Amino acid sequence: MNLECKHVWERISEYLDQQLDPKLLKDIEKHLENCEVCSAILDSTRNTLVLTADDRTYELPVGYSERLHARLEKAIREKAKPEDDSA
Amino acid sequence: MPATVEREKELIARIIAGETNLFHELIRPYERMVYISILTMVRNQQEAEDAAQEVMINAFRHLKAFRGDAKFSTWLVTIAMNEARQRLRKAKAAPHESLDEDKEDREGDFTPAVLTDWREIPSEALEKKEMRQKLREAVEQLPPLYREVLVLRDLEELNQEETASALGIKVTLVKVRLHRARMMLQKMLAPYLSAVAPARKGFFGRMFQ
Repeated sequence: MNLECKHVWERISEYLDQQLDPKLLKDIEKHLENCEVCSAILDSTRNTLVLTADDRTYELPVGYSERLHARLEKAIREKAKPEDDSA
Repeated sequence: MPATVEREKELIARIIAGETNLFHELIRPYERMVYISILTMVRNQQEAEDAAQEVMINAFRHLKAFRGDAKFSTWLVTIAMNEARQRLRKAKAAPHESLDEDKEDREGDFTPAVLTDWREIPSEALEKKEMRQKLREAVEQLPPLYREVLVLRDLEELNQEETASALGIKVTLVKVRLHRARMMLQKMLAPYLSAVAPARKGFFGRMFQ
C-alpha cells in the first residue's frame, strides 16, 4: 500500500517509540526510503528528542543539592517521623 | 545511580521506623529529576528550587502513604507535577497559560515543518550550546498540557504508563499529547535542525525502546 506523507507524519511518534504494528511499520519504512521530505521530518524530530534527553540541556543550579539537603535536614529534625497518612 | 527496588523498599521501611536520616539517601538519585521537571513547568529557577524542596519535604512527611505499588520515582514525580501545576495555577497572571482548558486536545494543525533545503551535513549542530538553548526555549513555549507529557516522557524518560499515572490521565491521552508536543517542537526547531545529518539506523535506538 502506498502511504501519503500526511499519514506517515501522524505516526512519527509511534514510529520513534517502536509501537507500530509490523505491517504498518513495513509500509512506513518503505515510504521513508523513497521520501526525502518524510525522512527529514523524522530525523529532525528524532534530533529534538536526543537534545531533550541530553543531560547538558538542563543544568542544576550551583549548590542546589546542598541547599536541598540542608532544608530537608531541618524538616526531618522538626518532625522526627513521617506522619501516618493511613487514617 | 538509582538504588534497586529492594534497597529502596528497605530504606523506606527503615525511615518510617525512625531512621529518618536515611531519607537523604533515598531521594538523592531523584534530586535532578524533581528539579528539572518542575523547572520546565514553572520556568523560573528560584521558584523551581523552592518547589523541589517543598516536594521532598512533603514526600518525607507523607512517606507512609507510599504503597509500593508504583515505583518510588513515579510517586515522587507525581508529587512534583502536582506542585508544579499548583504553582502554575497560582501564577495564572500569565493569561495565555491555562492548565484547565482542554481545547488543545481538539483536532488542530499539528503538521510538522517540511524541510525543503534539507541536506546531509555533519551533526555538530547538535553539540552546540545554542542548540540546547533553542530547545529549552521551544519547550517553554509548549502549552502546559503538552509540556508536562513531553517532559516526563522525553526528558525524564518515564514510560507511557508511568507518565499517565503521574499526570492522572489515560495512556491514550499521553500518546496523543506526546505526538503533538513532539510535532510542535519539531516545527519550532526545524529551522535549526535542518542542517543536521540523518541518524543512522539504530544509532538512537536505545532511547526509544
